[in-house]
Amino acid sequence: MFTRGASMPQPTTSTGARPRRAAREHLPPLLVLPALIVALLMVAPLGYLVLRAAAAGPELLPLLWRDRTLLLIRNSLLLAATVTAACVAIALPLAWLTARTDLPGRRLWTVATSLPLVIPSYVGGFAVIATLGPRGALQSLLEATLGIQRLPEIYGFFGAWLTLTLLSYPYLLLALRSALLGLDPALEEAARSLGLGPWGTFFRVTVPLLRPALLAGSLLVALYVLSDFGAVSLLRYDVFTRAIYNQYRGAFDRSLAAGLALVLVAITAVLLALDARARGRARYYRSTAGVTRPPARVRLGRWTPLALAYCAAIVTVTLVLPIGVIASWLVRGLRAGEPLRLVWSAALNSVGLSLLAGLVAILAALPIAILTVRHPSRLSHAIERLTYLGYGLPGIVVALALVFFGARHVPWLYQTLGMLVVAYLIRFLPQAVGTLRASLLQVSPRVEEAARSLGHSPPRVWLRVTMPLTYPGLFSAGALTFLTVMKELPATLLLRPTGFDTLATQVWSATAEAFWARGAAPALLLILLSALPMAVTAWRDSRFEP
Amino acid sequence: MNTQRSLSRREMFRMMGALAGASFLAPILAACGGSESTPTTAPTAGGQASTGSSGGATPASTPRAATPPSTPTGTIGGTLTVYSGRSENLVKPIIDRFAQETGVKVEVRYGNTAEMAAAILEEGDNSPADVFFAQDAGALGALAREQRLASLPADILDLVEPRFRSRDGVWVGVSGRARAVVYNTERVAESDIPPSILDFTDPKWKNRLGWAPTNASFQAAVTALRLLRGDEVARQWLEGIRDNGAKVFESNDVIVRAVINGEIDAGFVNHYYLHRELAEAGHDLPARNYIYRNGDPGALINVAGAAILSTATQQEQAAAFVRFLLQPEAQAYFAQETHEYPLIPGVPTDPNLVPLAEIQTPDLDLSDLADLDATLEMLRDVGLL
Repeated sequence: MFTRGASMPQPTTSTGARPRRAAREHLPPLLVLPALIVALLMVAPLGYLVLRAAAAGPELLPLLWRDRTLLLIRNSLLLAATVTAACVAIALPLAWLTARTDLPGRRLWTVATSLPLVIPSYVGGFAVIATLGPRGALQSLLEATLGIQRLPEIYGFFGAWLTLTLLSYPYLLLALRSALLGLDPALEEAARSLGLGPWGTFFRVTVPLLRPALLAGSLLVALYVLSDFGAVSLLRYDVFTRAIYNQYRGAFDRSLAAGLALVLVAITAVLLALDARARGRARYYRSTAGVTRPPARVRLGRWTPLALAYCAAIVTVTLVLPIGVIASWLVRGLRAGEPLRLVWSAALNSVGLSLLAGLVAILAALPIAILTVRHPSRLSHAIERLTYLGYGLPGIVVALALVFFGARHVPWLYQTLGMLVVAYLIRFLPQAVGTLRASLLQVSPRVEEAARSLGHSPPRVWLRVTMPLTYPGLFSAGALTFLTVMKELPATLLLRPTGFDTLATQVWSATAEAFWARGAAPALLLILLSALPMAVTAWRDSRFEP
Repeated sequence: MNTQRSLSRREMFRMMGALAGASFLAPILAACGGSESTPTTAPTAGGQASTGSSGGATPASTPRAATPPSTPTGTIGGTLTVYSGRSENLVKPIIDRFAQETGVKVEVRYGNTAEMAAAILEEGDNSPADVFFAQDAGALGALAREQRLASLPADILDLVEPRFRSRDGVWVGVSGRARAVVYNTERVAESDIPPSILDFTDPKWKNRLGWAPTNASFQAAVTALRLLRGDEVARQWLEGIRDNGAKVFESNDVIVRAVINGEIDAGFVNHYYLHRELAEAGHDLPARNYIYRNGDPGALINVAGAAILSTATQQEQAAAFVRFLLQPEAQAYFAQETHEYPLIPGVPTDPNLVPLAEIQTPDLDLSDLADLDATLEMLRDVGLL
């Protein structure tokens, strides 16, 4: 029941009762109603796509039924799978090193290895090209020292894979780290006491226990890869987002774009179904009596230098390099007499809007997360799955869907901050739901039951008992939304109130005209400001360690 | 210890709440600041203004509008919404001048030209946009095909040669950008440039060329070639240049720099990137543009243009705005700032440019450049995308 098929002592509840299938009959309306409203918003892009595709009628099918669509499916899945696999390979050791060993400077590494998430993919892509591309930094270096004139081609699959891996592994790292920190060491200790070695324990006990985190993080990475446009366009790899953007940008064919996007939705649905199947019904909270305590740290001993080198290499490539490239643009621009233009109002707008979106995301995600964890039912799972729809779609599709519904049906909301926040919810809510869900999963319902048996009403129990236990999760959910909104571009460009500039739009308007130097300052500021809450989260999380 | 922690956390949430509140206020404050800086001399009454006569100068009925109209547009008032695919850096100064002269409050949304065209199409009849100022003619053509553009007044259309405006009279070019062959003067003599762009497939150009297949202007040029000579010729040309070992670049400006530093001998670009480099360097550089003049497919001149939406609520202000873009002041501004071709007679062209009158462009309706789909497919087939 814990993890299907795992050969480990099966934890039974102290009362011996089966896991409570929290009475399907009375799903609390206080949770269901807001969750349904949010879910309805999430369906908006799908409705728009169906309308658009239907407008073209059956003529659309032969246009979609081509080898090229198969190629796009293949490329998209290949990229999503390989990036996710590479992210697991990078993130699992990092998470373990920072959470469970005596690695020197753990806190610093924790913060630094989480930060690549704040780098927008359109900036990361440029950095990769500037470093590894033809006429890039590495080639100049090799040419000067070794006389190497050509590097392997960066454009195409390899470049897109590299860029997306470097930018998105923190999704997995964050999920794995908090799961590792929340693990009950008693399980591992039991496995050791029954004669399993350290590696055996890691792979047969720890990794299965990490399954929810692995799945949640992998889903976020895979769907992020499917929806990203910045990296695949800069590095020229032909996947769905690029094909969809090309339809809008080049051919002005909204119906074919919608048809392609619907295929992408189908891929997302398949991934979601696979994930749901893999997730199973296991429980991951402590079920026996006893006090939760932090696990003992593994001593790295002579492995310390190697571990340090690994962390340093990751940070150098994923953080120092891109920031260095942008900084060099800034320096080059300043030397060429370009004035340093920092528009503080844009920075203020970015921060204010992202904070607002972060708060709204927490509020919108909370009922959904509670429903799925505490009141599992078809309805609650359907709602939770729906939130992922918008996350797997390219930003332009979500933006145009809201342009369509906004201008036609709610003109008073169109081009307002409210509309923009709705767009962010549609695009990023799963990040918040997933984070909250993970932290709720580790709170035993027994604690709540105890509180309830002492006479508190359910809402009061949530406020007084559950919420305080999930504060770290709430904060991480907010911080994650904050930084993704900071760097979001396509929806911001199309839906913002007229004249409302953000750092992301400023970077865009400078680089769209090839004024790299002019875009460098807002890009650096964007990274710095997004990094703050991220750093606070990572730093604070590390306080829970022994 | 435990209570201390939860306290500080509560404080943090309170702080986040306060900041979020401030973020609500920020745009309101910004809006107030904005209206201060824009000269709204006329007590804005958009509805009134638009019901006025359609004959250009309609002095707003306000005592403060006593100053005589200094330009053909005069003081109009009202609020105009412009969707601009051209960047803020570039067009804001000239839009501010328009606001100053006419008393029209202009709200400008900036974005990517094609994405904005898609947004206007999706907005339908409720589109807030009055004017669309586009980076290229293709996007305007896409709106025209869906009947979303209003006919422009004849006096505006007549300012510009027919080849630089819509044949249906629904959009007008504002500035011109020529396709050019930029070449390194130390390695290539002008007489070496072949008589047609098609001849660059000759082996003597092997490994000497550069191009940017992902660039929108390049794709428009290939579309023009397809429309003029047919798909077969276009495909052969693309394959020929590819097989000639042309280096692929990210964008036009990088090609120009590669030509200047001698990495390649010649490249296919838009003309103004070289002029930008020259202006930045402040001295002569070993590179020149060659612009075809003989009606060759290489002699394409695309335009950035403007149109009035058929659903525009401020038709009069919109017409005044488009007219203003075609006045000498705005035209000279574009010529100086972007080194593009001014499109009305009498405005001096950058001295380094071949005069527009000497360029015989191929017979092509620029609206048709919206037909990019087949071009993209061809570029993919040839392995360039």
